[in-house]
Amino acid sequence: MKKPRRLFKGTESLLASLASILAGLLFGFVLLLIFNPAKAGDGFLNILLTGVRSTARLGKVFYTAAPLVMTGLAVGFAFKTGLFNIGATGQFTVGGTLALFGAIAWQLPWYLCLLLAILGGAVWGSIPGLCKALFNVNEVITSIMFNWIALFTVNLAINNTTVMLASSWGDVSRERTASLAKANLDAILPKLGLDKLMRYNGMNIAIFIAVLVALVMWFVLQRTTFGYELKAVGANRHASRYAGISDGRSIIQSMIIAGALAGLGGGLYYLSGTVQFTLGKELVAMGFNGIPVALLGASHPIGIIFSALFISYIQVGGDAMQPEFAREMIDIIIASIIYLSAFSLLMRELIRRAKLKRGMAQEEATVKGADGAGEGGATA
Amino acid sequence: MDDYVIEMLGITKDFPGVRANDDVTLRLRRGEIHALLGENGAGKSTLMSVLFGLYQPEKGQILMNGKEVKINSPNDANALKIGMVHQHFKLVEVFSVLDNIILGAETTKMGLLQKDEARRKVLALSESYGLKVNPDALVEDISVGMQQRVEILKMLYRDNEILIFDEPTAVLTPQEIDELMDIMRSFAREGKSILFITHKLNEIMAVADRCTVLRKGKLMGTVDIRDTTPQELSRMMVGRDISFTVEKKEQEPGEVVLQVENLSVPSRLHKKDAVRGVSFEVRRGEIVCLAGIEGNGQTEFVSALTGLEKLSGGRITLLGRDLTRATVRQRSVAGMSHIPEDRHKHGLILDFSLMDNLVLQRYWEEGFQRHGVIREGEVRGYAEKLIAQYDVRAGEGPDTLTRSMSGGNQQKAIVAREMDLKRDLLVAVQPTRGLDVGAIEYIHAQLVRARDENRAVLLVSLELDEVMNVSDRILVMYEGEIVGEFKPREVSVQELGLYMAGARRRDRQEVGA
Repeated sequence: MKKPRRLFKGTESLLASLASILAGLLFGFVLLLIFNPAKAGDGFLNILLTGVRSTARLGKVFYTAAPLVMTGLAVGFAFKTGLFNIGATGQFTVGGTLALFGAIAWQLPWYLCLLLAILGGAVWGSIPGLCKALFNVNEVITSIMFNWIALFTVNLAINNTTVMLASSWGDVSRERTASLAKANLDAILPKLGLDKLMRYNGMNIAIFIAVLVALVMWFVLQRTTFGYELKAVGANRHASRYAGISDGRSIIQSMIIAGALAGLGGGLYYLSGTVQFTLGKELVAMGFNGIPVALLGASHPIGIIFSALFISYIQVGGDAMQPEFAREMIDIIIASIIYLSAFSLLMRELIRRAKLKRGMAQEEATVKGADGAGEGGATA
Repeated sequence: MDDYVIEMLGITKDFPGVRANDDVTLRLRRGEIHALLGENGAGKSTLMSVLFGLYQPEKGQILMNGKEVKINSPNDANALKIGMVHQHFKLVEVFSVLDNIILGAETTKMGLLQKDEARRKVLALSESYGLKVNPDALVEDISVGMQQRVEILKMLYRDNEILIFDEPTAVLTPQEIDELMDIMRSFAREGKSILFITHKLNEIMAVADRCTVLRKGKLMGTVDIRDTTPQELSRMMVGRDISFTVEKKEQEPGEVVLQVENLSVPSRLHKKDAVRGVSFEVRRGEIVCLAGIEGNGQTEFVSALTGLEKLSGGRITLLGRDLTRATVRQRSVAGMSHIPEDRHKHGLILDFSLMDNLVLQRYWEEGFQRHGVIREGEVRGYAEKLIAQYDVRAGEGPDTLTRSMSGGNQQKAIVAREMDLKRDLLVAVQPTRGLDVGAIEYIHAQLVRARDENRAVLLVSLELDEVMNVSDRILVMYEGEIVGEFKPREVSVQELGLYMAGARRRDRQEVGA
């Protein structure tokens, strides 16, 4: 009895995600036609095919996907516990920066730097969790505020630690952190020869770590009493209390884990050795992109792996559209594709309705109301 | 000739794996109160949803005044002047009563709401039918009974001629039920036609003209109430004779299991305590019933007893252990199990599978988990055992999504879970609310079984029949205090009613438990 049902549910989500992606791509193509009709065909092919044109491009897809998987998990995991973690950006930034401090200022090896990243993200995630559990402050507000607090705290810390800046390591810039190639080779994530194999310098073990972590998260949510408690609190806080589960504790734990995941994402990103942290006044997009990744993957850890790969793939494809299309246009097109792709919830609803019309699903009718409201609320 | 407003002919409606309605015919006369009777899952709600445009039938047709109509959505139903009061009200909690009534049928002028006119109409309707409401109160602040009046006013405001009531009495106090019956009668006198979904036989006997009975999706027949008896109706509904009295053998209560001393619980609504200085004890092998009209502190009392809310004073002792400040889990382990009042809010996680819900109180126990990893095989096996033993009907067994189960079976699942914990004390709060006679009989039997197994049972109930039939001892709660203690044989329903309404009280020393 069990198997067909699970399968059926899965296909419904998958169908919805695929339909959304298709809609997003079509819309992207229409935009291309509007911006530059002559080159639209080429540009579209670039988006679709660049990722598989060479191993180097594929390497780049993996490279960008790794931190996206992590921020996607950070949003998705919290979502399972009924929390909307919009603070992945801040947790990502704090985690990444702490990893860089470990690497440059304290000269630690990469694995210790990753631990620091996890720690930093966890601490940053715990604050909205604590505020929610103890004072019932909405986690969305707290985590948005803490995104900005993270950004400027980090700027301040790096600015005031001369050794962190690229200018201390033989470069001119005072606007960014030192290149790891110059500051600490041991802090760069191992490449295991993958960079040579794929002919892409950024290729390293990050994607494997990310996939492994996603699998662990799947196991935690699906098979452990801890995951059972978290999901119970997310699905019905009252019933969880009735069952003797401490809802406050679950909320804090969930936010700590979500923060740790985003923090690790920051570590994986900045320890690749190919990027430097740039002091600026903008929040890192990687954290926010975790939201569409989680939505497109229906908050399911395995789904999140694939949705992160997809979004990364589209971005790499977009990069190859230059110089025929301006950078800004490419960003608009990519954003539109991602935006529409995240409509998988809407699609699922449409698929459900179509079924309902055919009178196929009795239970869906009752599920629809509450389900739709809950998901809609979190998306807004 | 019969004057039918609505004829549903040969309606067949399939859901995956189930035929919810199988060639069902229902004819509604103008100006009659027509009851639709059946157990949970018999297809009553499906049939009404077809009439209200929520489902499209596979076969069959609907005639209105002899002409075929297509009802594809609730909007179509509205246009045909069909209105429905759902079992779970569909109101916007943070809107006022008036706003809720006009929602979807607003009168506007140049895009601006014309509320004055609407208010006049609502007040006039409320006056002429005795449906007392305060149009400016927020829905979240008013009682369930008043919310129902708002739902009824919504139908009247839309000039509906065919009124569907889906189990309207499930949430009402006895007095409110009487009022509702009067209102329904006055509608019928005016020529409105009423479809009344219920499984309470005495209500049908009291108010309905005719009754259509469904069993497992099939039409069992339509009878005139004048020509029938409750026994006959219940036989048509269940297919066997139902005993209306609870079988129970005499038994001397044993040692004290639960002792409550001077318990006070703060109120969420006002500064005074909702429960004030309540003391009593429950012994092994007895069912003690806490009776009272809704809102007299029972809910708060149970919340404090089970650890969901803090208390402001007093002591709770279970088998000699002080549990006054214990957590929910500690109380459970110490010997308390709890069938909660609100099965959707507290009793179940509706988006979990049935098997995950069946281990809600014991997933953490050794045996269901090892080193924090849930042993799915064990959980599944245990769930299958409970499903079989307690006859929980669920389409996909342990994997059934709990939300998709019928109310009766959801309740059976909770009862199975709490009974099987084998705790010394079972706290059951309105365990039969909204259930059909078959399920009620079953749950009463389970409560008696717990008593016969020498456990202590504390039953909180609003239903006087239940109070009189099941309990060994009755405590009446009024405004947060216990105002009387009786043996069921020593007291009449009428007398009990007076205590529940606060018209009388007596010192408990007189009885000597």
